[in-house]
Amino acid sequence: MKHAQPRIASIQSADLPESQRAAVLRAIEAHRERPGALLPILHAVQDALGYVPQESLSLIAHELNLTRAEVHGVVSFYHHFRSSPPGRHIVRLCRAEACQALGARALEAHAKKTLGIDFHETTGDGAITLEPVYCLGNCGCGPSLLIDSDKLHARVTPQVFDALVQQARAES
Amino acid sequence: MSAVQCVKVYVPRDAAALALGAESVATAIAAEARKRGIEIELVRNGSRGMFWLEPLVEVATRGGRIAYAPVKTADVTGLFDAKFLDGGAHALRVGAVAEIAYLKQQDRLTFARVGVIDPLSVEDYIAHGGYRGLTRALAMAPGEIVQQVTDSGLRGRGGAAFPAGIKWKTVLDTTSTQKYIVCNADEGDSGTFSDRMLMEGDPLCLIEGMTIAGAAVDATQGYIYLRSEYPHAYRALNAAIANAYTAGWLGTDIRGSGKRFDLEVRLGAGAYICGEETSLLDSLEGKRGQVRFKPPLPAIKGLFGQPTVINNVITLASVPIILYRAAEYYRDYGVGRSRGTLPIQLAGNLKHTGLVEKAFGVTLRELLYDYGGGSWSGRPIRAVQVGGPLGAYMPEAQFDTMLDYEAFAAVGAMLGHGGIVAFDDSVDMAEQARYAMEFCAVESCGKCTPCRIGSTRGVETIDKIRRGERVTENIAVVEDLCNTMKFGSLCALGGFTPYPVMSALKHFKEDFGPLPTHLEAAE
Ligand SMILES: Cc1cc2nc3c(=O)[nH]c(=O)nc-3n(C[C@H](O)[C@H](O)[C@H](O)COP(=O)(O)O)c2cc1C
Ligand code: SF4
Ligand code: FES
Repeated sequence: MKHAQPRIASIQSADLPESQRAAVLRAIEAHRERPGALLPILHAVQDALGYVPQESLSLIAHELNLTRAEVHGVVSFYHHFRSSPPGRHIVRLCRAEACQALGARALEAHAKKTLGIDFHETTGDGAITLEPVYCLGNCGCGPSLLIDSDKLHARVTPQVFDALVQQARAES
Repeated sequence: MSAVQCVKVYVPRDAAALALGAESVATAIAAEARKRGIEIELVRNGSRGMFWLEPLVEVATRGGRIAYAPVKTADVTGLFDAKFLDGGAHALRVGAVAEIAYLKQQDRLTFARVGVIDPLSVEDYIAHGGYRGLTRALAMAPGEIVQQVTDSGLRGRGGAAFPAGIKWKTVLDTTSTQKYIVCNADEGDSGTFSDRMLMEGDPLCLIEGMTIAGAAVDATQGYIYLRSEYPHAYRALNAAIANAYTAGWLGTDIRGSGKRFDLEVRLGAGAYICGEETSLLDSLEGKRGQVRFKPPLPAIKGLFGQPTVINNVITLASVPIILYRAAEYYRDYGVGRSRGTLPIQLAGNLKHTGLVEKAFGVTLRELLYDYGGGSWSGRPIRAVQVGGPLGAYMPEAQFDTMLDYEAFAAVGAMLGHGGIVAFDDSVDMAEQARYAMEFCAVESCGKCTPCRIGSTRGVETIDKIRRGERVTENIAVVEDLCNTMKFGSLCALGGFTPYPVMSALKHFKEDFGPLPTHLEAAE
């Protein structure tokens, strides 16, 4: 926390654990000078913590001279930003037309049934969070899904899905 | 080793190729070469855009580049045994890449280097015609550059097909000291991936196009607004930008010209509406991505209130060849008012999905059957959605429509960003219409009531129709909702969602009824 200014330290964000607070401050310091800094900061916070904690909004708002409501408005507008921690792996299932044409609806039903959860939910063992996504740019070889930040998979049948989930679960 | 040049082997790093297993193939090839004491140079190129052949491995032989495809990790030892490094015979040998009909019959202008070069190498880029356009542009007056773009007939490839030169001229004519070039890389339409393929396979081409745009309108700062669903493109762009800076093609005093251009990539956050240009600008400014009223046009008052050129990836990436080969060269391709080429994306239920760059004028039928090879499932193609989630569903009777903005408009359809999604006869068009409404509800920015509320009502009403409840009346309700959305929405999300819905109703009415007789009797 060497780079934290005294005035930053004076903002009370009691509910934000110290390690998270440090990560949020690092995100702010890394991007605050960029024009339109809020989105890059929110991305950096989520990359570091897996989500954007509600308790971090006041701190971000204060540092950018915004109101907490403004920051909250931005976070809630974008589907990408989460306000609660995800499971160990995020599986993003494409729901869009080109994947529908190759069986995405059946895959979606299979995924929800075998995981026992709906979209935006996490399995009981904390391994998998299921999210919908509207196109991954892999529309020639659907159904497509993305695991975590960059593991893209093509032609995902229910069997392939089960194998991928099993593998993700095994990966801690 | 010095006398013998080591063999170049190409394994794509394109996201679609990776999704089909290219990474493990690349690893296996490197490992097998090491094991056998053979020195190879592994190049991670973009994709040639023939997905049924991915991972497509190429070897540079004396007789040109020879392809083996689709390669699985388990095939690698066998390929070495078959001396594939010399172009040896093997069951997976496809032959000379350049001779594959799917590729050979294309007009690859914008995509000339995609799949060919090492995407991150400035040297390779220049060896294949890169930076010729910018070099010419740097010797011209800004007005002359704009004139070339105008004369080429280039229209925006993001969907609205507005002439690029006119937009640039508007920005050039402003007197502001700070102007911006913004690249719309939000590519939210289902069935489209040309932006992604270009950014991964030839990012320097986009960088060059944006730098030319900067020189044309006196803008010194560029932003690429990239959707967060494209992590591979993000890495490729950042690496290419860093290499362009190092080589003096970005930054202050570009190649001694006295011109400055800085470029940065910004990530979106999963909102389809942020592909709409004014919403995108708000998002870049760090706000909620809400659509702005126009005027003022972004060209007059855009990013941070300054004059801004905002163009799609393909629009900007088509500029280098226009400047290099001159406006007429590009304009001579195409038909009517649709000049040049369109990188068409064949998606959904087709055997040969991929990227087909063709001069405007090719028909939908040629694309679906001659290139696409018919459906993937082997069943008849029943419906085709062109132009993304806001595009109309077209029936077989319209397959002879030519790819031309005006020809599509004439049949109530939209070419958009050139994505073609095919469905076989197992499709339920009422379900597709419902999805169009659902998508609009999920992605609405919330500013207009017809879009925000109308779409949710649309979902409910189509559900009733699908359950067989008062079908005739509810179809009338949907038509009514569509009219309200069409005329009461600020942007094309609310305004064009009626196209997929109404086209499904018009051309595939049988899927919305007929009203079961027992219900009719009950009424
Ligand atoms: C809802 C909506 C979504 C859009 N999405 C995109 C997109 O993802 N990419 C894009 O280039 N243009 C998109 N557009 C079009 C842009 O508003 C704008 O026309 C385009 O960026 C201009 O660039 P161009 O003239 O080079 O096409 C969208 C428009 C609307 C109404
Ligand atoms: S039509 Fe929909 S997305 Fe477009 S401005 Fe209105 S509410 Fe926003
Ligand atoms: S529609 Fe699923 S990847 Fe594009």
